[in-house]
Amino acid sequence: MTPTAATADRAPAPLRQAPPRAVNISRTTATAARVLRQLGHDPRTIAMMILIPCVMLFLLRYVFDGSPRTFDNIGASLLGIFPLITMFLVTSIATLRERTSGTLERLLAMPLGKGDLIAGYALAFGTLAIVQSALATGLALWALGLDVTGSPWLLLLVALLDALLGTALGLFVSAFAASEFQAVQFMPAVIFPQLLLCGLFTPRDKMHPVLEAVSDVLPMSYAVDGMNEVLRHTDMTAVFVRDALIVAGCAVLVLALGAATLRRRTP
Amino acid sequence: MMNYSSRPPDEPGAPEAPAPAAPPPAPAVRAEDLTVVRGPRTVLHALDFTVPRGRITGLLGPSGCGKSTLMRAIVGTQAKVTGTLDVLGRPAGHPTLRTRIGYVTQAPSVFDDLTVRQNLDYFAAILDPGRPAAERRHENVTRAIGDVDLTTHADALAGNLSGGQRSRVSLAVALLGGPELLVLDEPTVGLDPVLRRDLWHLFHSIAADRGATLLVSSHVMDEAERCHRLLLMREGRILADDTPDALRTRTDSETVEAAFLRLVDEAIAADRTKERTR
Repeated sequence: MTPTAATADRAPAPLRQAPPRAVNISRTTATAARVLRQLGHDPRTIAMMILIPCVMLFLLRYVFDGSPRTFDNIGASLLGIFPLITMFLVTSIATLRERTSGTLERLLAMPLGKGDLIAGYALAFGTLAIVQSALATGLALWALGLDVTGSPWLLLLVALLDALLGTALGLFVSAFAASEFQAVQFMPAVIFPQLLLCGLFTPRDKMHPVLEAVSDVLPMSYAVDGMNEVLRHTDMTAVFVRDALIVAGCAVLVLALGAATLRRRTP
Repeated sequence: MMNYSSRPPDEPGAPEAPAPAAPPPAPAVRAEDLTVVRGPRTVLHALDFTVPRGRITGLLGPSGCGKSTLMRAIVGTQAKVTGTLDVLGRPAGHPTLRTRIGYVTQAPSVFDDLTVRQNLDYFAAILDPGRPAAERRHENVTRAIGDVDLTTHADALAGNLSGGQRSRVSLAVALLGGPELLVLDEPTVGLDPVLRRDLWHLFHSIAADRGATLLVSSHVMDEAERCHRLLLMREGRILADDTPDALRTRTDSETVEAAFLRLVDEAIAADRTKERTR
């Protein structure tokens, strides 16, 4: 006998309210503003998020000083991978803190929808990802001479989708981490295999067939493929559209899984 | 806190004469056969009780007796709750209750990397969203900060405040929406005597002026004297549900603490007899 079942027949029938919409715009933007405000009190984290990708690209450019073609390949892929990794780390720690500090329980006892919370996080970190990717892409294209055939806007689009995927993955794994120590370990567990198999080090079709099959179901592979499409083709190719849709689809799917891990009632 | 000096300060929150003239309204909380299981353990055993509206009910008992679990069940964040639990006329956890209940957890649940005002601004935006409500939100936030006497610290980061100040930020969040029911889990732990007295003044004025119901847990028995009614708990069961005066009279004790200890001793003795006769 649950409280709801027990009282349903006696209590005056509750007024049928309009079913709450999945996402309330005001609450979502308030949440996004709050997350950004929290980061605003931590300028060092923001500086690191923005600067580290730029420094890495700079480093990479001169590591491959003698072979600009390699820099083109790896540089373009990294423009997609950086936002994924940073957003994964930041989101997994931020939501873990939300879970352990009691603020998540408090928010879910308030009229905040799970969708509002997740969309708020995605919006806040998406905004940061735009800044981060715009700077990294700008630096790579105009200062470091990254040679891209297609439009830089498409690079930015893939970078943004990757950031969203990173946010989604971070949110999801934070449900399985009991401490910050565990949350950080999810980075090698979830990100490194994808990094190895995404085609950054060897083209995917040159790997062992088993590994190639595995890489076919990992979302980061499509992020890197999409970047490479932009690198080689002037127009938006069908392959690019497919890759972008797959990355976006994965992000939405994992966000939905993440929402399922937010419980109003906990044991 | 200073906004509510309706009560003379020399009378530290003594409960007013009980029994309102009108027939008592439906209780704020009504539990029948309320049982909660956490993991392998049954934490609350078939509780029956009511919490009257517009009064301060103290929930007292040693730590680990199930006070927090009971509060979480009332607020609707506890899983595996069986039996009947009606809160403000709805089953506990009903979505419409989310704006009508203010809940303060034992550990302050606020964002340490936001200022006091930013914390309250955000929670206010969740309770009362939208641009048209901006002015009302601003007033509510300013009032809540004043209620807990943190006006001078409004722009300090919550993480830089003392433990007692942080728990008052947490309390201010619960006061935001003008809730009909306030569920406060050990709100005065770690506070100095002056602040504790001021907070109890605030609780009484919230009950008297705003007509709100308060359920306040504590393991400090001297706070029990400040409540209109008491629920004494031990090991997941309710030992007594009465006014402080009636408790003292019934157990022939000087203080609520003595009354509680006597009831506990009786319960332990009863347990032993049960074991022996088994």
